[in-house]
Amino acid sequence: MSAYRRPVSNMWWLKRRSYIWFMIRELTSIFTAGYCIFLLVVFYKLSQGPEAYAGIIAALKSPVSVVLHIITFAFVFYHAITWFELTPKILVIYRGEERIPAGLIAATFYGGWVVVSLFIVWLVLLA
Amino acid sequence: MKTKKSPKAIWWSLFAGGGMAAALALPALIIITGIIIPFGLEANEPMNFDRIHAAASHWLIKAIFFLLIALSFFHCANRFRYTLADVGLRSVGGLLSFLFYGGAIVGSVIAAVVLWGV
Repeated sequence: MSAYRRPVSNMWWLKRRSYIWFMIRELTSIFTAGYCIFLLVVFYKLSQGPEAYAGIIAALKSPVSVVLHIITFAFVFYHAITWFELTPKILVIYRGEERIPAGLIAATFYGGWVVVSLFIVWLVLLA
Repeated sequence: MKTKKSPKAIWWSLFAGGGMAAALALPALIIITGIIIPFGLEANEPMNFDRIHAAASHWLIKAIFFLLIALSFFHCANRFRYTLADVGLRSVGGLLSFLFYGGAIVGSVIAAVVLWGV
């Protein structure tokens, strides 16, 4: 037996601003996956030798690439912020009897984000 | 009390791992490939072929990028599958799972092959 499901319009997410932001948050995943595909292309070119690799590095300097990167950054940044805000609310961690406050977990995530970001920049550009 | 583990738990773990990996690592990488390199803000040509090729040949770098990329694919698959269900495709949920999780598996295999080849 299946429960009765009240019919809902497929356009329900346009009814409220918070629903639209929810939809945008869901759509960020296209940009994370898309950027990962781009990373794979870079690795593929790297495996094809110096000329192919130089080609994709030169392509990074085109205006189209820069614009795509900025759009992608906006979505991925929104993903990161919402992820660090929401995950502590569903992640229940106890130390002894006391529940570790969500704010502390979120702060740890943000701190970790800064450390990982600086480490990546150091590793890719400076190490 | 023992609870039966549903396959949903596996997809959910991959979704969560991918969400975390992408949130931590991708913004910095996008700034590098989208701003720092195109505007020439880096010093001493760190992106030269020999240096990057040597780094990407290391098994640890390959493993880290494989996890980042594959988990991000599963993260996207899970979010998209449920978003499409939310906008009216719930009746074909099984098909959505097959397409999106299948796509993430294929994508992960391609990622492994590409990274192996470097």
